[in-house]
Amino acid sequence: MFATDLASIFSDALTQAFGPEAVVFAIAAIGLNIHFGYTGLLNFGQVGFMLMGAYGLGIGIAIWDQNWFVSIFIGVIFSLGLALILGFPTLRLRADYLAIVTIAAAEIVRLIARSKPMRGITRGAEGLNEWAGPFQDMTPWQNSTYDIGPMTYTKMQVFVVVFGWTLVALLVVFVYLLMSSPWGRVLKAIREDEDAARALGKNAYWYKMQSLMIGGVIGGFAGMLQVIGKGTVQPDTFVPQITFFAWTVLILGGAARVFSPVVGAIIFWFLLTIAEGLLRLLVETDWLPTSILNATDIGDFRFMFMGLALMLLMIFRPQGIFGDRAEMALDDK
Amino acid sequence: MTNSPTSTALSFEEVPGSKKSDPILTVDNLRRSFGGLVAVDVEHLEIQRGVITALIGPNGAGKTTFFNLLTNFDQPDTGTVLFDNEDVTGRPSHTLARLGMIRTFQLTKVMSKMTVIDNMKLGATGQAGESMWKGLIRPLWRDQESTIEKRADELLERFKLDHMRNEFAGTMSGGQRKLLEMSRALMADPKVVMLDEPMAGVNPVLTQSLLEHVKSLRDEGISVVFVEHDMDVVRDISDWVVVMAEGSVIAEGPHESIGANQAVIDAYLGTHHDSALDFEDGADLLNDGNTQ
Amino acid sequence: MRSRVLLLGLLLFALLGLSAAPALAQDVEQSVEVKLTTTDPDGEKVPIVGVGFVVSLDGTVVGEGVSNEEGIFLLPVDGLGEYTLAIDPNSLPEGVALRDPSVTERTAKVEAGRATGRAIFALESGEGIAFRESGETGGIRAVQLALDGAKLGLFLAMGAIGLSLIYGTTGLTNFAHSEMIVFGMMAAYFFNFYGLAGFMGFLASWPAPFGGGVNLIFAGLIAMVCGGGLGWLLDAWLFRPMRKIGIGVYSQMIVTIGLSILLRYFLKYLFGGAPRFYKDYTAQTDISLGIASTTPKDLVAMAFSIIVLGGVGFALTRTRMGKAMRAVADNRDLAESSGIDVERVIRLVWIAGGALAALGGVLLGLSEVLNWLLGFRMLLLIFAGVTLGGLGTAYGALLGCLLVGIGIQVSTLVIPIELKNAGALLVMIIVLMVRPQGILGRASRIG
Repeated sequence: MFATDLASIFSDALTQAFGPEAVVFAIAAIGLNIHFGYTGLLNFGQVGFMLMGAYGLGIGIAIWDQNWFVSIFIGVIFSLGLALILGFPTLRLRADYLAIVTIAAAEIVRLIARSKPMRGITRGAEGLNEWAGPFQDMTPWQNSTYDIGPMTYTKMQVFVVVFGWTLVALLVVFVYLLMSSPWGRVLKAIREDEDAARALGKNAYWYKMQSLMIGGVIGGFAGMLQVIGKGTVQPDTFVPQITFFAWTVLILGGAARVFSPVVGAIIFWFLLTIAEGLLRLLVETDWLPTSILNATDIGDFRFMFMGLALMLLMIFRPQGIFGDRAEMALDDK
Repeated sequence: MTNSPTSTALSFEEVPGSKKSDPILTVDNLRRSFGGLVAVDVEHLEIQRGVITALIGPNGAGKTTFFNLLTNFDQPDTGTVLFDNEDVTGRPSHTLARLGMIRTFQLTKVMSKMTVIDNMKLGATGQAGESMWKGLIRPLWRDQESTIEKRADELLERFKLDHMRNEFAGTMSGGQRKLLEMSRALMADPKVVMLDEPMAGVNPVLTQSLLEHVKSLRDEGISVVFVEHDMDVVRDISDWVVVMAEGSVIAEGPHESIGANQAVIDAYLGTHHDSALDFEDGADLLNDGNTQ
Repeated sequence: MRSRVLLLGLLLFALLGLSAAPALAQDVEQSVEVKLTTTDPDGEKVPIVGVGFVVSLDGTVVGEGVSNEEGIFLLPVDGLGEYTLAIDPNSLPEGVALRDPSVTERTAKVEAGRATGRAIFALESGEGIAFRESGETGGIRAVQLALDGAKLGLFLAMGAIGLSLIYGTTGLTNFAHSEMIVFGMMAAYFFNFYGLAGFMGFLASWPAPFGGGVNLIFAGLIAMVCGGGLGWLLDAWLFRPMRKIGIGVYSQMIVTIGLSILLRYFLKYLFGGAPRFYKDYTAQTDISLGIASTTPKDLVAMAFSIIVLGGVGFALTRTRMGKAMRAVADNRDLAESSGIDVERVIRLVWIAGGALAALGGVLLGLSEVLNWLLGFRMLLLIFAGVTLGGLGTAYGALLGCLLVGIGIQVSTLVIPIELKNAGALLVMIIVLMVRPQGILGRASRIG
């Protein structure tokens, strides 16, 4: 009995580790890796870019009646626009200004998206619903569920998983090519010492802006994938905490490594699901009184787990699980 | 230390702001104040092309601020800067660097987490691969990259850093960092190299080789401006000395005559209260941190 | 050393108490509630804001108030019974009317087992609903809003000064400051209901201040002490060790993010997601101050915060410790070499910052519904205030927060209420474009 519970928690954890959420966060973290890992930009509002991408896609299809390709392009333009608006005032200032402005901007776009005056194009707090239907019918996966080894996905999840991890693979190649080029070398130089880079003739401001734009657009892709999976664009799914899931994923894998967001997302979702499964088991078996722990508390523990993981990683393993501590320590000289 | 033979006998008028035969840098009415304090107020200054000019002065004379203004790391309240007969006032620092004005910093700035060779490659300007889209397509920059790498290796060899080639720059000693910064500056084929206290924090063994390297820059036709506290160094390598005090240029001339200049003695005495002109202010800079 | 133990004890008390709170549940307030919505011509539900209600029980008025941004009027009441809610039809916006204009009173039953009594007022709407209160001229409305805004600004300033001082002395932007605010709010709630030791069942029957709950004023003061304790704890056990082993400020900043999320959801777990009220001073009637009006508790809270902020200003400029704080903020190395114990200054800054944030939370809780998410919303506004005033300057923080508070409220004259916070944050971004150092900041600080 107990063993079967554990086994189901394990297969659940595997499902989640490669599941739609993990892949969305892997992509969001790839964007964040370009910002923070390679350029040193403290973007605390990645969820804002995700929202822009998601709304661009949703509005394109549901409101402006465009086809998928045009709508994805609109999502890209939306994310780019946000990057430009945020980067312009802050990239010349101390790094913490970008942090404050991005976290605030992510909230601004959410509040605006759900507001009444915007209802004409965003459908306000209700969000954009029922635009993904034709697309869902188009995918080659039409069974209700699919089993892949111990993992089980619904048909839309299969699409997000297959399409998402393919996109991840392409993005990993893209990031690898970028970061092994002289362009990437300049980014890393800026991360370490902006003044030195400028003294060597590099336009640090523009490079940072480019980094913000690329990472932002990748964040936009994450948002698009998320809403395709859910079939709806809901403003209140784009809350600030989302950004920090992506941060935890990135730091876990080790910033400034091409594969870190991928590895980080898989491991983090695996552990998160295990932890949640064990908690749920505790609740179901009444090991703890419901006044201490009940089913509704489990959602809160998810966030506590993430917050704690982020703290402990930054303090004890800022280089991530596979990173090299000696390399991290070099800049303390 | 013996005086080195200067390549050109400089016979300009020994007054502040004197005319030079072929100035690489010309500064007019350059002024910068912080709050009520005037940090730099230079009425006119010309810096001769192809020679080594030392910028000296007591602590707080505004030398580093003056450097920052020339390279636009700080913005002047008023004034103009001509570089190679072109008005470059207010040009962003990176465009100045591309024009051939490369500076180093008092607290050495090497990229600790990048290898020495990568640090060198960064120095090269006009790299196609530094544009994002071209960077994605390797064939567009592969040839240029190998040319740059070859040049970087030559320079590393010349500066005796080739054994560190693949190490992280963060593992280097203070003096090696200074050497790396200087050789990296050369990657850009500069017209003028501006060194902010190149000898600060360098162990005495390396000092001599650094000095030789500075002189070799001049011999290649590069103009050198440097800020220095150590009068031995100034005596050893400078062709021309500019003295600043309280933000202004108070004297100019070859080092032989500067020591006897009354204004200079007054300026130093005013701040140091000792009679010997033995500038040892750099001593507290032995620890080079990475903070700005 | 003894004082540390004392602080720690108080903090543990607060934490233990909060953790007992969900188990006890007797503190869930009884309240009456009305939700006013209407359907606009597009078919969407629209909350009706600013409608006045008077609540009475057996002919005695027990309180009054207006519907909030979600169209909800919520009033805590004391005891079970059948309450009468009278709506003020004149306060309905233009274009909205009662479906049955003759009935302006409805009843709401507060029964055992169902703490909230609900009353329903059916509304009718025509074309062109005005979504804001009408009936007052714009000028007078602006004065009222400015007063409300000043109140918000003062409460924000409590958090902002701590944030600024911590930033000034350590270079760290503390994103967990929001949770220090919520912590104070919740600690006050706890002491208000359980007293100093009432969470331990057998002590609950003891007289105040140990059991049974203490008056909110004392509960608030105890919460301040606990907030200071939390500040000390965070510095001593988290940030000081990090400084010691040389973790950079930006890494520390990411740690504060993790900390804020951990604390936020931990406090939510302890406190529950439902809104709550303090035991005292909840239902108060507005008193008129000429053209504007406010409740006595708000007036007292504002006066108190002005006194506290004045005290902080005095302490910063006149006392040795205050001068030391400013010296460290100005130039840490110089301060250190002139004999100031920098670590001690930083510790005190954390303690003071924690206490002020807690007080801000207590006061916010007094004028709004207690809610675990309030901290994050406030933090963003505090950032706006601090950036506006100039990062790292205490006076700038105060001025910036007042401007933000007043700006937010007055802006509702022209922009929808739901966007008022977004507006403030947008202004912050624009200020960064034109004057990044803020109003009082020095240009040379940026770089």
